[in-house]
Amino acid sequence: MIAVENIQKRFGDEEVLKGISTIFEKGKTNLIIGQSGSGKSVLLKCLIGLFKPEGGRILYDQQYMQEMNDAQQRVLREEIGMLFQGGALFDSMTIEENVMFPLRMFTTQKREEMLERVNEVLSRVKLDGVNDKFPAEISGGMQKRVSIARAIVNKPKYLFCDEPNSGLDPKTATVIDNLIQEITHENQITTIVVTHDMNSVMEIGERINFLKNGVLVWKGTQEDIFKTDNKDVTDFVYSSDLFKQIREVQNKA
Amino acid sequence: MGYLEDLGSYFLMLKRSFSGFTKGTVLRELIFKEIDDLVIGSVGIVGFIGFFVGGVITLQTALNLTNPIIPKSLIGYATRQSIILEFAPTFISIIMAGKVGSFITSSIGSMRVTEQIDALEVMGINSLNYLVFPKIVALMFYPFLIAIAMFLAIFGGLLAGVYGGFVTMNEFVQGLQEDFIPFHLAYAFIKTFVFAFILATVPSWHGYYMKGGALEVGKASTKSFVWTSVLIILANYIITQLLLS
Repeated sequence: MIAVENIQKRFGDEEVLKGISTIFEKGKTNLIIGQSGSGKSVLLKCLIGLFKPEGGRILYDQQYMQEMNDAQQRVLREEIGMLFQGGALFDSMTIEENVMFPLRMFTTQKREEMLERVNEVLSRVKLDGVNDKFPAEISGGMQKRVSIARAIVNKPKYLFCDEPNSGLDPKTATVIDNLIQEITHENQITTIVVTHDMNSVMEIGERINFLKNGVLVWKGTQEDIFKTDNKDVTDFVYSSDLFKQIREVQNKA
Repeated sequence: MGYLEDLGSYFLMLKRSFSGFTKGTVLRELIFKEIDDLVIGSVGIVGFIGFFVGGVITLQTALNLTNPIIPKSLIGYATRQSIILEFAPTFISIIMAGKVGSFITSSIGSMRVTEQIDALEVMGINSLNYLVFPKIVALMFYPFLIAIAMFLAIFGGLLAGVYGGFVTMNEFVQGLQEDFIPFHLAYAFIKTFVFAFILATVPSWHGYYMKGGALEVGKASTKSFVWTSVLIILANYIITQLLLS
């Protein structure tokens, strides 16, 4: 479980996060949604420690991130898996080396043991036989799956995903979404996904946090989002023609 | 004010590069890889430039010594002094600012653009120690490259002088040995170490702190070359003033 309490972040005079408080539940895919510029990615970067918030606290299970010493923060980071928007695979390493990287850095396992785990997670993301390829030699969807494999190889307690299906075709995007949800349930991970894709909301939105201009304006579940009267949320959800048509059909019915 | 901030962030980068060390086995591999990329990978170009510029130095010295009173051995002497004092350490370092410096800036800059540095940080790895420290250690082997350049430049000078018919082998070798001051070699290698440090850190700073996309990686590489060259020339002046005057 991750809880944020009154998180504030500003860049110069611009206040990007204006006191956000919410809880991200364990074993669920927690979505942060909102329009571009609403502060979703900034909130994510505050959660993983890439940005330091000016105010507020972040609670990782039993401990506040702000109260951790360097050693505790290092341990916490080893428990975090991150799927970046562009994959962020190390382009000078093969797929196998990329996935093995966290194991080499943080464990004392023998190479054979590491290789076994690497093959296990690559198989889990349905990527067998690509060990010796370089990231540039595989497709964007495959890169995302390798990135998921790298994020989960060290059995993290927390998984963060920044726009996991940006730049992917709808079918591959669904595969990635489902993979994230399955892994979350299998390993009881606290997963946080930043997205503005309504298909992802439909697929995996178990807990949804809606941000607008740095403020958390709504939170609820997948079912709630189509019933809410919150104008900001309905404007966002029904900005797509597809969802407008679905609503019209539902209203007629 | 901006320059002061940059200077501050440069020294903070150095501080962080020498702390929060990466796991020993991984770091050792990174250092060997950097030695291969930065030092061994530059032997060819340094050797080629050294050999031919050494030849040109000899030819130009010989062509300007028209007075029959001046001994021919002066050609060897002038070649040696030019190469050891300036050409090998400074001229080669400026070429390396283009080759190695641009490589460092663009590789680290690309990692910044594609969030690979963020990925390292999220994993709890000190990205500066992981990326910059191995380069600093690798470039401490840079004086070997300069020694090769010195040797090949003098050899190139000898071949150009002797086979061009400007000087005999004995006269050239005699010139090489005349009034040799061993401290000049020490001076050359002391400044080479300083240049190596500049070559490793200034391009790293430009790559690590760059902002923007792919186009900015190119701009950062150019800027890095300019600043590395400027700092090498300034350091050259200061060290010469301190050690030789």
